[in-house]
Amino acid sequence: MSRIEAEVGKPQGGFMKWIDDRFPFTKTMEHHVTKYYASKNFNWWFVFGVLAFVVLILQLVTGIFLTMNYKPAAAEAFASVEYIMRDVEWGWLIRYMHSTGASFFFIVVYLHMFRAMLYGSYKKPRELIWLIGMMIFLVLMAEGFAGYLLPWGQMSYWGAQVIISLFGAIPVVGDALVEIIRGDYSISDITLNRFFALHVIVLPLALIGLVFVHIVALHEVGSNNPDGIDIKKHKGPDGIPLDGVPFHPHHTSKDLVGIIVFLMIFCGVVFFAPDMGGLFLEHANFEPANMTATPEHIAPVWYYTPYYAILRAVPDKLWGFILFVLAVALPIFLPWLDRCRVKSIRYRGWMYKTALSIFVVTFIALGWLGLQAATPTYVMLARFFSVLYFAFFLLMPFYTAMDKTKPVPDRVVYHD
Amino acid sequence: MINFNRVASVLALGMCFMAPQAMAAGGGVHLEPANIEHDNAASLRRGARNFMNYCSGCHSAKYVRFNTIGKALDLSEEQLIDNLMFNAEKTFETIQSAMPADDAADWYGTAPPDMSLMARSKGVDYVYNFLKGFYIAEDSPTGVDNRVLAGTSMPHVLWELQGYQEAIFVEHVEHEGTDKETRTEVLEGFELLSAGSMDAEEYDEFVRDTVNFLAYIAEPIRSDRRKLGVWVLMFLIFFFVLAAQLKKAIWKDVK
Repeated sequence: MSRIEAEVGKPQGGFMKWIDDRFPFTKTMEHHVTKYYASKNFNWWFVFGVLAFVVLILQLVTGIFLTMNYKPAAAEAFASVEYIMRDVEWGWLIRYMHSTGASFFFIVVYLHMFRAMLYGSYKKPRELIWLIGMMIFLVLMAEGFAGYLLPWGQMSYWGAQVIISLFGAIPVVGDALVEIIRGDYSISDITLNRFFALHVIVLPLALIGLVFVHIVALHEVGSNNPDGIDIKKHKGPDGIPLDGVPFHPHHTSKDLVGIIVFLMIFCGVVFFAPDMGGLFLEHANFEPANMTATPEHIAPVWYYTPYYAILRAVPDKLWGFILFVLAVALPIFLPWLDRCRVKSIRYRGWMYKTALSIFVVTFIALGWLGLQAATPTYVMLARFFSVLYFAFFLLMPFYTAMDKTKPVPDRVVYHD
Repeated sequence: MINFNRVASVLALGMCFMAPQAMAAGGGVHLEPANIEHDNAASLRRGARNFMNYCSGCHSAKYVRFNTIGKALDLSEEQLIDNLMFNAEKTFETIQSAMPADDAADWYGTAPPDMSLMARSKGVDYVYNFLKGFYIAEDSPTGVDNRVLAGTSMPHVLWELQGYQEAIFVEHVEHEGTDKETRTEVLEGFELLSAGSMDAEEYDEFVRDTVNFLAYIAEPIRSDRRKLGVWVLMFLIFFFVLAAQLKKAIWKDVK
């Protein structure tokens, strides 16, 4: 018998045992990966969490390389971005991946949130996952906002000017608050420097921490599924949920397919339409920041425009700001606004289905209106859709309680 | 068991978030399409010549290096030095204007803008229409005004080529007979007053080539990224097939 054959069948021990005696490696892997069971009937709506994670990694890695060449100073920032685009080896690719990644982060996160609304993922026992998720969303908005100032183009400058000045609407402390955010009497080199610190250290750290907690909380209660039923109610003799399959290799292999499809679209934009017709990289941002000339038309980047449209729809500055904040914050309360007994839209009645459909149209319409110049017609339309936006949340306790539901099956089913 | 319909519906929803934005860089002025051919090397070479001969005296392109242009346009070092580099010594230098910015501001009221990114910030159509939009305006210090950028301080540098044209205005009346009646002068078109050395078609080609070059220097990597993109997508398709097979194999016992 050769030496190698003698090794086979020897009890596992050695290196992994040495590690496991000192650090819960195998235990952690099993708990979160190889023995984490999630429903076998996930549809493609369930891929966006993984995709958000992929984009987070993309942004972190490309961001690190950008900081190696970017100069956070008003006199040099714009030129350093052009230096990255023209002279740094592969700099253009890194920069386009980062700028496209910002928009895709929001696309993926919006769809991830919409999945939760489709299948009631925020409902008991996942309220905390939803709350942490909303915190991630808020930090992400701040992260995107801080990052948008860094190229120091016209839209960077004037977009930040408009949004920061909103805080001035707050009574008493408003003006002081605006000064604290800017660190100056107008947006300046100082503002750029502190936004750089926020964008590359404070907010990414917060994001990573929150994402970690989001996943820990998820793995404690288990993933939801398109039927919105608890797969842990039916376990086999081995204690494994009958409708569950392990995250690895089953869900990882399926997610890989989703990731590749995502990368195809992502690369399609990066390589063939990095400005996305002025949506992802706004035209005016190819002009360096000029504090003496405003661009013809100031609009925030598309992922903020649904909220921006609501802000502009209100004639009063303070109330505009309040409704703007409320519009961003209202989804936080979804777990308690939704009074329906069933989770999944598959077993809900026509009322929720109608309300959610109207909400989707409303959100897209507001996003579009926020990009347009505020003509009287568009402002009226924005008011109309703002009312619908708030109605969706504020009337939710009523229509979800009244809605007729269908019987929920005992075990998960495939719908194709 | 990949449900393509569902994937497609997800993608379609994603695309809804990207509804194209109407950007009117010309401030409401109708812009004729420039129809440039990005990858036409001959047009780019002519555009480079036009830019260096007619524009670079006043306009810098301070992010653009001569050797980058040389590589993309397939020009030898001698060709670069002899034909394009009038005030530069080394091929790694960038395109600097010969005119001091302070003096320029004194002479024109504003320093001529840098051209590195003009085609990207304003759009190629804007620049194309701007270069064709000069018309005689007696009360302007330069003797001309521009259809696209009214009150521009730029003189009609290309008059030798295009000649001078006169604008034809038509009075446009709205709400006639009511108290909201407004009368505005609307530009109808141009009429050539004095011919230049080029006919209309030649001048159009001249401007088109120049704009093509401006589009190129605004994003020198454009052509490379598109070529690379094709390979990346082909790789992803190949990777997709493998991953789909892997997924199928792993899930074959799940019912």
